[in-house]
Amino acid sequence: MRPRNPERPGVELDDVQGILRFGYKHHKEACFLLLRVKDGDAARAWLAQAPVSSAVKADPPPRATLQIALTAEGLKALGVAPDLIGAFAEEFLGGMAGDEDRIRRLGDLGPSHPSAWDWGQGEHMPHVLLLLYALPGLLGEWRRSIEDGCEPGFEQLACLGASDMDGIEPFGFVDGISEPEIDWGRSRPVEDRERLEYGNLTCLGELLLGYPNEYGLYTDRPLLDPGRDPGAMLPRAEDEPGKSDLGRNGSYLVMRQLGQDVRGFWRYLQREAAGDTALARQWAEAMVGRRMDGTPLIDGGRDANDFTYGSDPKGLRCPLGAHIRRANPRNADLPPGSPGLLSRLKRTLGLDARARALDLVASTRFHRLVRRGREYGPQLTMEQALGDGPVAGETGLHFICLAANIGRQFEFVQNAWIVGTKFNGLRGEGDPLLGHREPGPDGEPTDRFSIQRPDGPDLHLCGLPRFVTVRGGAYFFMPGIRALRYLATTR
Amino acid sequence: MTPQSELLVIAPIADGRESDLRALLDTMNTAPGLADPENALLPFGRFERLHFARLVVLEDTHMADLRLYGAQPPRLAPRLAFLVDCDGPSEALLSDLCAIAGDGLCRLFSHCEGFDPAGDLLDWMRRHRVPASANYVNWVGRTVRQVREESALQRALSARVPRTALTSPGDAQRVRRELVDYVGAEVRAGRLALSSPEATLVGWWVSNLIHAVLVPLLGLIALPLLIVASPVLVYQLRRRELTDPEVCPPPSPKALAELRHLEDRDLTNQFTAIGPVKPGLFRRWLVTVLLVLIDYGCRHFFTRGYLARVQTIHFARWVLLDGGVRVLFLSNYDGSHEAYMDDFINKVAWGLNLIFSNGVGWPRTDWLIKRGARRELCFKKYQRGHQIPTQVWYKAYPGLTLVDLARNRRIREGLEQAEMTDAQALAWLRLL
Repeated sequence: MRPRNPERPGVELDDVQGILRFGYKHHKEACFLLLRVKDGDAARAWLAQAPVSSAVKADPPPRATLQIALTAEGLKALGVAPDLIGAFAEEFLGGMAGDEDRIRRLGDLGPSHPSAWDWGQGEHMPHVLLLLYALPGLLGEWRRSIEDGCEPGFEQLACLGASDMDGIEPFGFVDGISEPEIDWGRSRPVEDRERLEYGNLTCLGELLLGYPNEYGLYTDRPLLDPGRDPGAMLPRAEDEPGKSDLGRNGSYLVMRQLGQDVRGFWRYLQREAAGDTALARQWAEAMVGRRMDGTPLIDGGRDANDFTYGSDPKGLRCPLGAHIRRANPRNADLPPGSPGLLSRLKRTLGLDARARALDLVASTRFHRLVRRGREYGPQLTMEQALGDGPVAGETGLHFICLAANIGRQFEFVQNAWIVGTKFNGLRGEGDPLLGHREPGPDGEPTDRFSIQRPDGPDLHLCGLPRFVTVRGGAYFFMPGIRALRYLATTR
Repeated sequence: MTPQSELLVIAPIADGRESDLRALLDTMNTAPGLADPENALLPFGRFERLHFARLVVLEDTHMADLRLYGAQPPRLAPRLAFLVDCDGPSEALLSDLCAIAGDGLCRLFSHCEGFDPAGDLLDWMRRHRVPASANYVNWVGRTVRQVREESALQRALSARVPRTALTSPGDAQRVRRELVDYVGAEVRAGRLALSSPEATLVGWWVSNLIHAVLVPLLGLIALPLLIVASPVLVYQLRRRELTDPEVCPPPSPKALAELRHLEDRDLTNQFTAIGPVKPGLFRRWLVTVLLVLIDYGCRHFFTRGYLARVQTIHFARWVLLDGGVRVLFLSNYDGSHEAYMDDFINKVAWGLNLIFSNGVGWPRTDWLIKRGARRELCFKKYQRGHQIPTQVWYKAYPGLTLVDLARNRRIREGLEQAEMTDAQALAWLRLL
């Protein structure tokens, strides 16, 4: 890692909420409280001193932590000035379920339509999200103390519980492997330069507002005249030192409650495989793109996150439409080719036919997400899913991701790569796990999954049922800690 | 081969008729902005040579930005634009349009200034044609009929091919032969059609050849002059690039919602944008020359499925309007708007900058191709700000993207190929 640019200030870790840096993996217990403001003054008073943990490393780690994020409705309910609210990102203001056009683009169709959601629309729109994490055995006490504190100001819409599945998502696969490495040391130069290799190191500004992103630019966020911040509570903007930066050290948080039909998943595969459990498992692994233990189907490098699809352009080992290939195509800004200026020029002008064939998806680095989801509900093994035993309640994932630009990061990935039925030159199929299976605009089905093979036409798994149904969701702003105090104390 | 051609008719809307016209345009749609192929006014679906069509009310957006240069913006009445991409000469389509949908067109154009319903519609449309300054066609000579026939072929073959692993390399040949026979039988039974391409009109070859030679020739003649003038030109460019004002305010939520409401109704979307060219002769000439070059590139180089690195544009058109005061850009592209814009930024920002940096307010460029559209958020606000809603949009092959069209063409070619090696036969089967 290159030494940090001495002229550039570092990161104010004590102002960043901890979840942006840590996954709180040791804090195996978690729950998410969805709150609505019932008394503005009391709500502000509590937020002004709420015990939020920062991104500074503590040893030993805190026994329990609290993180806070707000919706646009929440900012309104807290009495934040309308012009400040209006300076946040358009996607955040519009909301995940704000209009049918966004709903269509995100693929929240059929049973996943927001009109059927448990939370995230209408009167069920939370104002504030509290994320509580605790070491084993400590969550109950922690939750009670937080609830007691915020009771005067808030009413509770829901408490979303989480289960500890030991790093395995409900379908049975090891999860959370593909994570961008955030450049906390700010070692990457601030510049706009074409990257010829896929890399996992991501500019801080892709996660945190107020820092340069992959284009070497600062993402829009509310900047204030210092007169509106008389106590100088907020940090100054790096790119406009005359302004106070309400966004700095904050991020947008996307949360979606995804109900997973674990039983339906394994039963479908078992049926298609005519009872051959090993084959069913093999197909499940093809859908995900990893073995159940997390090993990628592509021969990896140092670890399960160190590979690209460069050696498998035809999807013969990892299918072109596998979930991990859609969620992170791992390619560079230019398609691969021989070194040299001439080759690069030809590829830039699109004149290289082989490069063009690999160029349907490009520039992954602008579409990375930091994921912090937690599972919920009872865990089922494949055998249990195939059996007839009773299951208590729904299983699923509280999908949480963090990004500085909701549109270019979360919405792009969801729309173009996950929901997209023509991703990477495929046809008639969405994401094998997350796809909505609703017919396309021409009535063509989208409920297929194709497995490329070296020795024949693609194998088609047809009639995939819906495995994942969205139960709720919202876009939140997770402010820096100083910005949180500012929002809570200034009217 | 039947090369495509374009037709663009633009006429000023008569005073006080705009809202009536908009209401009438809405009656042509099944979903917001999406034309009913059988609508009563202009049944697009009945024109077998029609790829794409649209009707747009061109608004006077952003002309006020000219004041930044101290120029008085001209007062431009809103126009109605009717745009078509078709197979074969546009004159033939124009006659067909008048013959089949004459009444509907009369109803539409009766909202325009100076239109006489009793007059000659064909003549009126000819007089209101506006030539494209540059025109891009994804695959020159791919007809609507070919697209539809090849799509039906792909469906039939994909449903028919046995999806089992082959037992030996030679097996691919056997399976392919069976499929070839199957298609032959289907064609004879009239269930599939594979029409041969029509002969290319000699006139097209000749004019294409003349164009191919003439433009470089003129360039060659102008070259010495350009070399001599280059220090001045570069100075003039840099001076302007450093001072030209940027105008990239965020579009209003209402305008944005209106645009988005028309999008993602098919896997392909439309884009219409308009804005003033920076005043002064330097920019006017620069944009004119660059459009000639782009048109040349599109006509002679980028005719086989890609425009530089972008492989998702079906048709695109740049039009200088009102004597070069403003530029109109129209395209049909696959995927959502956000993906289209990210493609632009990440793959061809340099190409966008070449042309559009001559538009008032464009994000600041360096040396004509650097920065500009790479300034992601400025660019995204700028392009949304200059986009205008497309009231009626028609696509002849819903659900099909360019990736589909390219694959289906390869399937057809492979089918008609006389001999194949085992490996080629396997690769062909894997397309299905």
